[in-house]
Amino acid sequence: MLFEEISSSAPQFFSLAPLIVFFPIIGLLINTFFGGKILQSGPAGEKIVGWIASAAAGLAFVVSVLLAISLINYHDGMKVPLVEWIHIDALKLNWAFQVDTLSVTMMLVVSGVGTLIHIYAIGYMHEDVRHHGDPSRFRRFFVFMNLFIAAMMILVSSDNYLMLFVGWEGVGLCSFLLIGFWYDKGEGGIANAMAAKKAFVTNRIGDFGFLLAAFIMFTSFRSLDFDIVFGRVVEVNAIYPGAIFAITAFMLLGVAGKSAQIPLYVWLPDAMAGPTPVSALIHAATMVTAGVYLVARSSALYVAAPEAQALVALTGAATALFAATIAIAQFDIKKVLAYSTISQLGFMVAAVGMGAFAAGIFHLVTHAFFKALLFLSAGSVIQGLERGHHHLEHDPKLKKLVKQEHHFDPQDMRNMGGLRTKMKTTYIVYMVGTLALAGLFPFAGFWSKDEILAEAAHLNPTAYGLLTAAAFMTAFYMGRQIWMVFFGKPRSPAAEHAQESPPVMTIPLIILAILSALGGFMNLPFKGFHQFSHWLEQTSENFHAGEFVLSVALLSTALALLAIAVSWWLYMRRAAKLEALPAAKRPDDPLRQILGPLFTWMNNKWYIDELYWAAILNRYVDLARFLADYVDWRFWHDWVHDRLLVKGYNLLSRLLSVHIDLGGIDAFANGLASTTQRLAASLRRLQTGFVRNYALSIFLGVVIIIGYLVLR
Amino acid sequence: MLPIEAYLVLSAVLFTLGALGVLVRQNPIIIFMSIELMLNSANLAFVAFARLHGQIDGQIFVFFVMAVAAAEVAVGLALIVTIFQARHSINLDRLNSLKG
Repeated sequence: MLFEEISSSAPQFFSLAPLIVFFPIIGLLINTFFGGKILQSGPAGEKIVGWIASAAAGLAFVVSVLLAISLINYHDGMKVPLVEWIHIDALKLNWAFQVDTLSVTMMLVVSGVGTLIHIYAIGYMHEDVRHHGDPSRFRRFFVFMNLFIAAMMILVSSDNYLMLFVGWEGVGLCSFLLIGFWYDKGEGGIANAMAAKKAFVTNRIGDFGFLLAAFIMFTSFRSLDFDIVFGRVVEVNAIYPGAIFAITAFMLLGVAGKSAQIPLYVWLPDAMAGPTPVSALIHAATMVTAGVYLVARSSALYVAAPEAQALVALTGAATALFAATIAIAQFDIKKVLAYSTISQLGFMVAAVGMGAFAAGIFHLVTHAFFKALLFLSAGSVIQGLERGHHHLEHDPKLKKLVKQEHHFDPQDMRNMGGLRTKMKTTYIVYMVGTLALAGLFPFAGFWSKDEILAEAAHLNPTAYGLLTAAAFMTAFYMGRQIWMVFFGKPRSPAAEHAQESPPVMTIPLIILAILSALGGFMNLPFKGFHQFSHWLEQTSENFHAGEFVLSVALLSTALALLAIAVSWWLYMRRAAKLEALPAAKRPDDPLRQILGPLFTWMNNKWYIDELYWAAILNRYVDLARFLADYVDWRFWHDWVHDRLLVKGYNLLSRLLSVHIDLGGIDAFANGLASTTQRLAASLRRLQTGFVRNYALSIFLGVVIIIGYLVLR
Repeated sequence: MLPIEAYLVLSAVLFTLGALGVLVRQNPIIIFMSIELMLNSANLAFVAFARLHGQIDGQIFVFFVMAVAAAEVAVGLALIVTIFQARHSINLDRLNSLKG
């Protein structure tokens, strides 16, 4: 009843759209100006700061829900203009809020998952700031998180490409700030700062592509507005045949940067330097999916450029497989998830690339649920281990166990094991996330991944092959992770004493686990269901519902089960046998024994970072050094500045001071004075002092004047 | 009645004597007297012309000259007395403190 009432009075909710940006901004302003005082006010201060930020995100979620309710009755959505931003001749851009099913879907994901992560972070950051030894950064974290939500909302709610770019850059900035949150920590004190810089610079390369696409778009379409651009596609395609391909191809570069696709994916694994809630929110659930959103939003353009579609689809599929191979051989629990994220983003990009826009967005949503869940659970595991380690260090009886562990790494899966009994809640939700990611029936990942695979099977067979292989590996590396982290015997004293996280962290995990388990049911691939696809169809006719292909589903399920079985055999059976070997002979990973050097390559990420260094970065550093040493220092500083400017100026000032000032102006003034003096010296002789002399001169003067007058 | 030239010649002679006295004498009192002589030679010319033209202006002017001369003498004699008190001499050739 209430629902009916709300939806019948719907249209007024559209005007609330700007609040999705302003609520987080209000939250961050409160925390910026008063957070410091609140933190100092007492032990509850941290909770207040955290809940203010969470409430700001939560209110944005409420507004998003209201917008979604309004959309149920008014399918077409609405543009809510806020201010005119730029108006130069043909370029006319507003800051307006595009409220349609696609953008509202993104808003719901961003604010919904974002709110849960904010709440989780209250618990997580409480320990994190103490572990890193700077509790005052608690407030900064939540300010950045709210800023991120605001920027992401601008991105997804924009009605034109330039405002989208504003949000695009805003989230990039927040990503940079939060990766480098512990900028003075990490290897050598700079590793985290380097990771932040790497993410920022790599994203700039992508943004370069985005901007070029926007420029070409403006020259060919004379507009950057979504509606106008999509309305002119046929017309422009006839006038400038290559323009749409150029736009979409350059846009792909932007997508590759933001959504971590080949060749620009390298920043995302390093981004794990940020606190875990950041990895979950920005580098798994929301920001990195901006590229997928961009392609889906530009579906009208991509459909008009089949070559670009193929390019996007292959990029995504190749990334999905490539990143999955790297994920298999990582030991850092977050690195595995990072490569898994790249791989899953590859799935989404491949889906939107081959035209399965609804499937791509569907996977985006479910992935946001289960990858946020996995990251947050990994954070819980990491802190559980840290608590165990802390417990050891401060217990006099257990202290001796810590002896050789100078650099205990709580993120290394080789230090884990057997956590199933120590951290029960985390274990259960992690299992849910794993099964969802591996794509097992009936978890969310099964439905979304299978929709992509089913679409790929008839749209792009090459991509289908690559994605199926990637899906197999996904199940394998997730199985490996589960066995290494939660099963077997604890492989370190810290794992033996690991403790469960507080409820403020586990409750968001449970909510996300429920979403990960049931999220797939919003878009069941059977006739009469497809609610999610139909929902998106209201935004653009390019979105279409996928079909259920039984053979595809059976094959992928079989492969996933096989992969999990193989990983069980390797990491449970074989690992148990290897335990018997002496420590020196024992390989750190059972797979290393089988794959040999290949495993080393995979473990070292196929040496792509090294390749980039050798091929591009070293050249660039050389160039930068050349420019700095020779062009800037030797040429500009030593020659132009010191020699030319300083010496030239000295010469000029010497000329002015010695020759013009001293020689000219001073000489004139002094000469005038000395001439006057000399004249006066000779004239003073006339002044004899004898009064009769004066009388005589007067007399003579009179005689002369009279003589003159008489003789004239 | 004597012609006007006679008065003028007498006036010129008196003026010349006065001027010579001012130029050649060293005693300031004598010089003062010579100045008086010059002033009175001018007075003589004034009254002569006044008489000739039958106008009163020249005679009025003479009174002015006499008044000014009297005032001048008063100031001049006071100066001379003061100088004498200070220097015990009034010889003009010794008074050259204002030499440049």
